[in-house]
Amino acid sequence: MAKRINDMTIRLGGEAGQGVESGGAGFAQALSHGGLWLHTYTEYMSRIRGGLNFFQIRVADHPLWAHTEGVHVLLAFSPEAVTNYGPHIVEGGALMFDDTLKFDHDAVTRRNVQLFSMPLTKIAQDLGGNKIMANTCGLGALAGIIEYPFEFVADVIRRNFMRKGDAVVQGNLKVAEEGYKVGRDKYAGSFDWKVSPLGERPDRMLLNGNQAIGMGAVAAGCRFMSGYPMTPASSILEYIASHAKKFDIVVKQTEDEIAAILFAIGAGNAGARALTATSGGGFSLMVEALGLAGMAEVPVVIVEAQRPGPSTGMPTKTEQGDLLFALFASQGEFPRIVLAPGTQEECFHTAVRAFNLAEKWQCPVIVMTEFYLTTMMRTLMPTEFPIERVQIDRGELLTAEQLDRLGEPYLRYRDTPSGISPRALPGHPKAVHQACSDEHDEYGHFEDEDPANRLKMAGKRWRKFQNIVEDLHEPTLYGPEGAGITLMGWGSTYGAMREAVDLLNASGTRTNLLHFVDIWPFPEAKATPLIEAARQLVAVEGNQSGQFAHLVRAMTGRRADRMILRWDGRPLSPEYIIEKLEEAKVHA
Amino acid sequence: MLDVKTFNNPIKVTWCPGCGDYGILNAVKSALAQLEIHPHEVMFFSGIGCGSKLPDYMNANAFTTIHGRALPVAMGTKLANHDLNVICITGDGDGYGIGGNHFLNIMRRNPDIVHIAENNMVYGLTKGQYAPTSERGFITSTTPEGSIEIAFNPLTTAINGGALFVARGFSGDPKHLAKLIMAAIQHKGYALVDVLQPCVIYNKINTYDYYRERVYKLEEAGHNPADRDAAWHKAQEWGEKIPIGILYQVEGQPTYEEQVSELKAGPIAKRTLQPLTRAQADALRREFF
Repeated sequence: MAKRINDMTIRLGGEAGQGVESGGAGFAQALSHGGLWLHTYTEYMSRIRGGLNFFQIRVADHPLWAHTEGVHVLLAFSPEAVTNYGPHIVEGGALMFDDTLKFDHDAVTRRNVQLFSMPLTKIAQDLGGNKIMANTCGLGALAGIIEYPFEFVADVIRRNFMRKGDAVVQGNLKVAEEGYKVGRDKYAGSFDWKVSPLGERPDRMLLNGNQAIGMGAVAAGCRFMSGYPMTPASSILEYIASHAKKFDIVVKQTEDEIAAILFAIGAGNAGARALTATSGGGFSLMVEALGLAGMAEVPVVIVEAQRPGPSTGMPTKTEQGDLLFALFASQGEFPRIVLAPGTQEECFHTAVRAFNLAEKWQCPVIVMTEFYLTTMMRTLMPTEFPIERVQIDRGELLTAEQLDRLGEPYLRYRDTPSGISPRALPGHPKAVHQACSDEHDEYGHFEDEDPANRLKMAGKRWRKFQNIVEDLHEPTLYGPEGAGITLMGWGSTYGAMREAVDLLNASGTRTNLLHFVDIWPFPEAKATPLIEAARQLVAVEGNQSGQFAHLVRAMTGRRADRMILRWDGRPLSPEYIIEKLEEAKVHA
Repeated sequence: MLDVKTFNNPIKVTWCPGCGDYGILNAVKSALAQLEIHPHEVMFFSGIGCGSKLPDYMNANAFTTIHGRALPVAMGTKLANHDLNVICITGDGDGYGIGGNHFLNIMRRNPDIVHIAENNMVYGLTKGQYAPTSERGFITSTTPEGSIEIAFNPLTTAINGGALFVARGFSGDPKHLAKLIMAAIQHKGYALVDVLQPCVIYNKINTYDYYRERVYKLEEAGHNPADRDAAWHKAQEWGEKIPIGILYQVEGQPTYEEQVSELKAGPIAKRTLQPLTRAQADALRREFF
């Protein structure tokens, strides 16, 4: 068989605590430094130690958008990893394992899968003096069988163990090198997939969706974040906390999600760009306060990192099941903006836009992601994150100088043609004012009886909602125009859809893709012609009911011809989409 | 001294005639005037309930929020702009019932926030149901056989929970109450002023007369607010004699906001926002190389 270069999937599988995540991340770094493009995908159980986890790296010499099905080499650290992930190994692929690992060989040998047994623990003990280094030995061996130059692995070991001192670095290097030799000498000849560094190796970034959102928030001048830890949103709070001192951000872990959003609303109303992040369960608790932000017209950004529900659901799995909930959460009618980035670069730009839109329109902005996007990493060019060129738009925020010159009394909720009332921060002598959750007059005083006032103020808020849509983006179209099939999706399924479109077009099925980031207010005028132009409209979503398709039907009257849905807690992949298309006999 | 009228606004007060909240409103205005705190220098927060309308009747910055949630909104504002004098107005159900978790947690944090709890031991605005502070046996529309729960004691809870200023006032004595509120504002850190506030419609037990016969002033009784054990005992005194005044006060402890390193350079809400420099941007990106 011909050697296939630079296009393969590597999976590390084992128990939590066995270094699956850290080892995988280190190996990904080594590949990234070789100029290669990566897409990682991780699955873990909702427990601290034990269980079964994997860290998967797809590596190629071209940019990647999604993980794909099929593992070329599995480095298994536990018997369960073999049993559960063995079936994912492709024909001709390999299972790597420590020679002391006891497992049912039949589970994998029934198929054309090679068994690469190696004395990882023995090498670790003999050369490093510590069996914990078996992990390092395995990564060295992995590099050996794919014939990836050892120097890249060595660099990462030096960098990552530097803080632990020279002895640890040297021990790990020796163990990794011996593993490398065993992998290369014993098994490289019979393994068909190879990875080699590229000639050009510009600096690239390897990051996940939550990190991109955190970076976007810092770039946008976020000054306040409150949150209550909840998977998969917690790492945003952690990212912001670790950057708080340098960028003057006050970070508060609160007693619950109710307090988290209320802290953010308090800070947002006082003038600090404020953020909170949670998942569906936490968002459920925040809903009452969401309405408060809507009624009191307070800018606040809420990240809703979805996981499967209802209730506690599947804490460490993925789903897009909260869309309609986010659109309509809380009683009454009020302006809100819902955005759903699909990629890391979109996470960054969406975070920046969320703060600008929240302040411009003085309303809550909800950013929807999901477990898959929050944890999967991709390599990206630094130019995708133009932090220093971010535009900060604070909307109609009156400066102290403007307020000094104010002739008439300040009206916090002034009825204006745009619906936006120029905002003064509390603290200026000429702008003493009240924010109010009851229906109020233009001053902000309770006026919860008068019908004329109700019509005026509700009208002002509704006008604002109608005008927001002008600021929102239309969906992006990818693939050939006039295609026979149009995949339609939102948020984090973008990558899988995009790669499916490429595969389908390569096989002669003309397909394109309509992807929405800006969802609410629904960009009806901009989106309708694109939706109507679809010959066969196929809704692709990570939920059971096709929530976005329902929204599109309600807003445009166009019903999706087919739906490709996934709700088993696993992310959509290009192969899954194509398989379901074929099952549904959708033909161009 | 500022004129008390500075804090008047033309909004029509909708409290029932004789409501205990009037005394609190007057005491708050008087305290601010005596301390020469101008309307733009103070911000009120309230939840939902009769008493939560108090900020609406003041010429001052305010945020009237949702039921039970004044404290966390106030805390968010304090962390964004600690130059503002922050005063929270809650009812007993609002502050101790639905907002109970926020009450427990704000005490641990010690922000420089004044918390005035209008405690009428009944739900007024929803027309007379029992409250967390209602006495055991209290008969209401939802407890026709009398409440079988023991009453929540905000004062012992506050002393236990870490509050360093715990006081009780009586709205029938607004002058004394104004002094307590002044002391609470001057106290650096979280300060609870629980106010015995008769609901003339729904609470026929804890009336003005009931309190007038029983209340006595701690400062006249020689109570030492620095004595935590004594405060604890006074907090449990209820029946024939009911103490009002400052039960417990410890000064000199740092506030939450004083300990947040990001706030050392002044309020974050007052900082100008600008795009990051090239060097800052590079450093952020480099973390992921």
